[in-house]
Amino acid sequence: MDAKQLYKMLKKVQEPKGYYFNKDMDMTMPLLESLLTNKDRFGYMACPCRLANGDFEADKDIVCPCTYREEDIKEYGACFCALYVSKEYNDGTIEKAVVPERRPPEKIIF
Amino acid sequence: MNDIKIYALSTCIHCRNAKKYLDECGVKYECVHVDELSGDDRKQIVQEIKDHNPAVSFPTIVIKNTVVVGYHKDKIDAALKGE
Repeated sequence: MDAKQLYKMLKKVQEPKGYYFNKDMDMTMPLLESLLTNKDRFGYMACPCRLANGDFEADKDIVCPCTYREEDIKEYGACFCALYVSKEYNDGTIEKAVVPERRPPEKIIF
Repeated sequence: MNDIKIYALSTCIHCRNAKKYLDECGVKYECVHVDELSGDDRKQIVQEIKDHNPAVSFPTIVIKNTVVVGYHKDKIDAALKGE
């Protein structure tokens, strides 16, 4: 699978839930490619912007879409890596901010 | 020795953008791709990051004595100017 196919596949599932891909394709496509890189590396799509442990159980919280996405989008309009955003974020009606890390550092164990 | 160091992940877009920006600024820096390390090297670097940024998030950029967490152009500019 390539990033374009992944985009199409996830868009269908995520958009009806209110999670939109960042319309900035210079962000979205490299992030999708990195998800595929992580799938090759670990066997699952770990968040590309976080240090994965390489063990599914230990990384469950950061398998995309991560468990922090909901709160981050609610608060900042974007998830930590900014792959998923709110409609308002894409419309430009909210200010774009750097999303601080919500994952506790203790989760990095390896 | 470089006085600018960036702790990054090879897959992270914010890290990539931050490095691109540092390149555009024409500054030299040392880059560590933490996801490409293993064993004791990785442990040691994670501890080093923790000392600068307890959240261990990426990118963590150390510019002289300033730590910039995340890709903040304005904070990078200020740190490069020594503000």
